[in-house]
Amino acid sequence: MKEREAGGGRREAGNQAGFSVPASSAASAVPPPASHLPPPAIRMEGIDKSFGAIRANRGASLQVMPREIHALVGENGAGKSTLMRILGGLMKPDAGRVEVNGRDATGWSTNEAIAAGIGIVHQHFMLVPTLTVAENLVLGCEPKVRRIVLDYSRAAESVRTLSNETGLVIAPERLISDLSVGEAQRVEILKVLFRGAKLLVLDEPTAVLSPPEVRELWTVLRRLRDNGDTIVLITHRLDEVVDLSDTITVMRAGKTVARIKTSETTPAEIARLMVGRDVSLSAGKRVQPVDRATAPQPDQGLEVGGLTVMGSRGIRVIDDVSFTVKPGEILGIAGVEGNGQTEVIEALAGLRPVFSGTIMVDGAEITRRTVAERHDVGLSHIPEDRHRRGLILEYTVANNLILGVQKHFSSHGIIDRDRVMENALTEISSFDIRPPSPVLAARALSGGNQQKVVVAREMGREFSVLLASQPTRGVDVGAIEFIHQQLLDARAQGKAILLVSAELNEVLALSDRIAVMYRGKFAVVMPAVQASEEVLGEYMIGTKKGTAA
Amino acid sequence: MTTATQPLAAKPTLAGTPWRERAEEALIPPFVALLVALICGDLLILSYGQSPASVYRLLLEGTWGNAYGFGQVLYKATTLAFTGLAVSFGLRAGLFNIGGESQLAAGGFAAALTGLALPVGTPLLLSLPICMIAAGVAGGIVGFVPAYLKTRFGAHEVIVTIMLNFIVLALLNWFIAGHLHVPETLHTPEIHAGVLPRLADIDPRFHGSAANLALVVAVIVAFAVWFYLFRARGGYELRAVGLQPQAAEYGGISVGRAWMRALTFSGVIAGIGGINYVLGYKHYYEDGFAGGAGFLGIAAALVGRNHPFGVLVAAFFFATLSQGGLAIHAFVPKQMMDVLQGVVILAVAMAVPEVRGILRGARRRTAA
Repeated sequence: MKEREAGGGRREAGNQAGFSVPASSAASAVPPPASHLPPPAIRMEGIDKSFGAIRANRGASLQVMPREIHALVGENGAGKSTLMRILGGLMKPDAGRVEVNGRDATGWSTNEAIAAGIGIVHQHFMLVPTLTVAENLVLGCEPKVRRIVLDYSRAAESVRTLSNETGLVIAPERLISDLSVGEAQRVEILKVLFRGAKLLVLDEPTAVLSPPEVRELWTVLRRLRDNGDTIVLITHRLDEVVDLSDTITVMRAGKTVARIKTSETTPAEIARLMVGRDVSLSAGKRVQPVDRATAPQPDQGLEVGGLTVMGSRGIRVIDDVSFTVKPGEILGIAGVEGNGQTEVIEALAGLRPVFSGTIMVDGAEITRRTVAERHDVGLSHIPEDRHRRGLILEYTVANNLILGVQKHFSSHGIIDRDRVMENALTEISSFDIRPPSPVLAARALSGGNQQKVVVAREMGREFSVLLASQPTRGVDVGAIEFIHQQLLDARAQGKAILLVSAELNEVLALSDRIAVMYRGKFAVVMPAVQASEEVLGEYMIGTKKGTAA
Repeated sequence: MTTATQPLAAKPTLAGTPWRERAEEALIPPFVALLVALICGDLLILSYGQSPASVYRLLLEGTWGNAYGFGQVLYKATTLAFTGLAVSFGLRAGLFNIGGESQLAAGGFAAALTGLALPVGTPLLLSLPICMIAAGVAGGIVGFVPAYLKTRFGAHEVIVTIMLNFIVLALLNWFIAGHLHVPETLHTPEIHAGVLPRLADIDPRFHGSAANLALVVAVIVAFAVWFYLFRARGGYELRAVGLQPQAAEYGGISVGRAWMRALTFSGVIAGIGGINYVLGYKHYYEDGFAGGAGFLGIAAALVGRNHPFGVLVAAFFFATLSQGGLAIHAFVPKQMMDVLQGVVILAVAMAVPEVRGILRGARRRTAA
């Protein structure tokens, strides 16, 4: 703090954002950048930040040049978000130095960060659903008539102008609650731009987007860069990094392990830097058919006939869908989110009433059975939302590992705690859940390890059919690889697996056959060997229909 | 497909959140709340021109300082323990039972009717369970109605339990005033069977105080609730529903059935509380005997952090305040204790997240 008030020397010219903090005298400690080069937009050196015993950042560094798209990658818990929170003024570093556009910004406040043109787009949307797009954008700085009445038309006008400039097209008068996830994200980005951000930080922006929406976002981000903005993209999807970024910073265990030009590296190298060992990447791979000594029984596996599910307004969200998943087979369902994938899985799992049709597991009809009865006939289910459905966050890992099978871990209505603990210790070691403590609350685990708890529970017991919905959503590379291997092992053991994923790569890499859902129906079912991202993409957006050759 | 090298699994340990940390988080917030309440009490006492020290001394002497006062605290704590346990049981399933008052009254009424109906001289070992069952069933019926309306029609349990308080209490009043009362009073005749021994029968120093065997029943019920919640499958499922209903549903737990169980048994527990007054103290049912204990049970549940043993402690604490109000009445109005109760509840509600945050912050700093 003191250094900042002391200095008054150099002032940056051409700072549109109105950065009014005087440059620090301590800046002289850092060698001044060569005069013909602009200073880095962000320069963070030797950042330390601890939370109790956890050292989120230890000597982390980051250097982002102006007008580049910089990818900040690393596994969950590598310290990316902490670093960005320090940049955004939400946290103060324990040690280290932050410079923005060449001036000291160590330990500044959020207001200073915003004034300096830093805009952070958070992973979770922070919009008011009952207000319109324009109202959300002007929230906190509303244009007013005679200082009292909100000037709606002016707000809408300025939103429209910004929208046209950036290509983030959205009607200002629409309600947030009516927007799709992709549109809501556009509003989030518009919001930070509206406040004059020239340096955008996007935290996992594609976690909830479909491939077409991702492509649109890429176009927008490239255009913003070409217009002179600087973009930091936090992600752990390697394909995105390679697609979009100019430069990459890799973090591992709180440290910066590499800063590389994207053109000079490969996804495999990035993955190795992130995890610290060689990783087999699923991208571009295809599964080999499993050799079977005997043909499977005709009625084994999952058989769905004429499944119809009604939505909230009497619309058929699932409309007469039939398919089978044979033992030893993975059927992947691709599709833009919201085309009925969630509903199919929920109907099969017993969490959503079936209007008509039949569901059979190993020849037993379960259409009207309860969730618990479905468990008993051998149905396992990895739900798409582990925080809402898959885990009870306040329960310990041990207690979460028996959710759904608590009946089998109790006698005469009393839970057998020794067996619960024994089971937990077994699953924790076989699924490598960290930290390896059964008595820790699930909330205390990282996203990847929480997902491992769910996977361990659903795959660690006897089952014949597995519903795997977004099994690797929001999970780091190491855990993705592990979960994929689990799915493939189960397939090799003759389990029937229905896989739903928003990650086309995942569907392509793991499935024997792929179905594309479009508006509650299967637009196509094809062998995975014939599928590619381009082919599936056309079915996903509805331009192509019918069965492929 | 190449098989990835499996990372070496770390050896599992039983290490979790350290005990000390958990104990601190459970215990410190209520004590901070108590401290805040004491300071507010000081200011109130000063505003009456009295010395806080002497008033507090009087309060302690009148409650824990002599056998009679202590007995009275125990007696009052017994009813609060029942209603507090009832509320906390519902809250564990995510349901707010505001109907403790009428469930308590219905239980007391049923206990009195049973006690009247049983032949004179029925041994206590027989009469007490019968009266308890009657009280529990009566409370359970009052608890079942909102449970049914919630699961069947989605009626909010808070509204239904509040409204049921009026209906049930009015019905009981009608029964008493119209049919069962001893002339010139609003109570039933004295019961012949099921009279509970008092503490004074064991230790004569408690002479005159109403503390009775129901206290032991309350402690047993607290243990039973604890065992059910934390050791039984039903409790695992009930708490799961309270914490994350959608995850519970995913885990094959019927949310509706868990709600039914939680609210009905919440009513049962409050209903059994009726024996304290009816079997243990007056030996008859009197209109309005609950006297707000059903509502104060909500405070006991909140201050006791929904843990059965915490509720026992909180019930004891609120009983002390209530009895203490009588002891200091000569110096300051006893309503001051009601104010203090309110301050404690507010302080606990605010202190829990606040103090926890401060505790964690302090730990972080010492660790760094």
